[in-house]
Amino acid sequence: MTPLPSTFSAAARVLRRDLTLAVRRAGDWLQPVAFFVIVLLLFPLALDPEPARLRLLAPAALWIAVLLSSVLATDFLFREDGRDGTLELFAVSGQSFAGLLFAKTAAHWLLTGLPLALVSPLAALSFGAPAAALPGVLAAVLLGSLSLSLLGAVGAGLTLGLRRAGALLSLLVLPLAIPTLIFGARATALAIGGEDASAALYLLGALAVFGLTLAPLAAAAAVRISLE
Amino acid sequence: MAEYFAMSGYAAHVWSSFALTLALLVLNIVWARRSLRSARAEARRRFEMEKVS
Amino acid sequence: MSWAWFHRFGSAPYFYRVAGRLTPWFAWPAGILIAIGLYGALVVAPPDYQQSETVRIMYVHVPTAWLSLMTYSWMAVAAAVGLIWRIKVAHAVAAACAPAGATFTAVALASGMIWGQPTWGTWWAWEPRVIFELVLLLFFLGYLGLRGAIDDPTRADRTSAVLAIVGIVNVPIIHYSVEWWNTLHQPASILKSGGPSMPWVMLWPLLVMWLGFTCYFFVIMLTRARAEVLRRERGGSWVRNLLSQDGVAGSA
Repeated sequence: MTPLPSTFSAAARVLRRDLTLAVRRAGDWLQPVAFFVIVLLLFPLALDPEPARLRLLAPAALWIAVLLSSVLATDFLFREDGRDGTLELFAVSGQSFAGLLFAKTAAHWLLTGLPLALVSPLAALSFGAPAAALPGVLAAVLLGSLSLSLLGAVGAGLTLGLRRAGALLSLLVLPLAIPTLIFGARATALAIGGEDASAALYLLGALAVFGLTLAPLAAAAAVRISLE
Repeated sequence: MAEYFAMSGYAAHVWSSFALTLALLVLNIVWARRSLRSARAEARRRFEMEKVS
Repeated sequence: MSWAWFHRFGSAPYFYRVAGRLTPWFAWPAGILIAIGLYGALVVAPPDYQQSETVRIMYVHVPTAWLSLMTYSWMAVAAAVGLIWRIKVAHAVAAACAPAGATFTAVALASGMIWGQPTWGTWWAWEPRVIFELVLLLFFLGYLGLRGAIDDPTRADRTSAVLAIVGIVNVPIIHYSVEWWNTLHQPASILKSGGPSMPWVMLWPLLVMWLGFTCYFFVIMLTRARAEVLRRERGGSWVRNLLSQDGVAGSA
């Protein structure tokens, strides 16, 4: 009887599989970025795009767009695998369920959170942020998107296979995401204003670490309940 | 010569725009030809499968 | 007589063959014209007295922006033809335009940003022409996303065709935005009554690039359309003949 592969190599395989599949379904993960752009586009159209006002608005607009795009993206985190029974196979495989789900979440973040983070400096530029602020903006969204992906996994686990999963998902994830929103917007505002944003960035990092330790376990528990 | 490439200090702007455009032109043609090649390969595969069945 | 020509183009094998033969007639001019245009843009054209050397960016920004509009127009018209007369080849042409169109629009926006930063003092301005060009990019991405999301090819063709047609309103808005609104973009200096107001030494590289890029678009469009037509024809005998010819003579 061959011994089971280590959790790490199983997780790595899941990660690679998800990324390979995603290349073929490019629409899935490009959509959140397009949504991000559209939401941001609405702000200067709804308000008078006066440069000073836009710059004040930038942190809020940016982070609202990031949150909404993340929730939209989370929709497809477990959807396909839940539908075709892959998640059930993961659950009974004898491997650490939390580990495998974490691998899926990691792949998902690489496809959705990371692109959002890379586009966010451009978005900040378009709202009149100075070029010096861009690294701070990038760091903030990078850290924030990690937390959001992890929270999303928990929400997706709870709403797996449900009929109006999308709306419920936002109801569950957005309140949990409020601390990320607050610290992220603060960090971005400080960066745009030219001040030192490191305190807020550290807090964002702490949230991400907190999520990293607890969210996979919570997500695994949630998915197990949903699969029953 | 170096003065020309410096573009009165706007080298980054001018050359990056032209580089982007060149990349666009190259990418699109490579992509399009690859699309045609893969379509032909797919058709050939289907043709071979039909021959066998 | 004209309708016969029209319907002949709708036949997939005819289109595949003719498009293949037309491609070099656009490819060579495209290469030569763009090469000449680049020389004119980078060497011959003088720096602007206000914008200095950054004015050279015009020679890539304007052609790519023009191309983004032209690509979308072709896509929308082909989609309409496919929808109204149910011609699959037309849908193939529409699908062929989308990836190129999206990239042209993206480069137009990016080169615009790079040009705007020293000229307007800002990387981005929320003004009509820029906003609507961004909307055009979103329409291209939406078209591609919609096509990718639908498995059934016929349904994918028709739904994305509707999207393409709906978005056509964007093209005249972008074109006339500089006349309807007070914008940072300068009003039309070429396509206006009374003729172009640009000095000839600056104008000719632009026209050459314009023409070169247009030929280039046709190369891309024809190549991709041939690929799309092949993919849509399942087991037609003409495909069989084409491939068996390939086996003997090698592929082209």
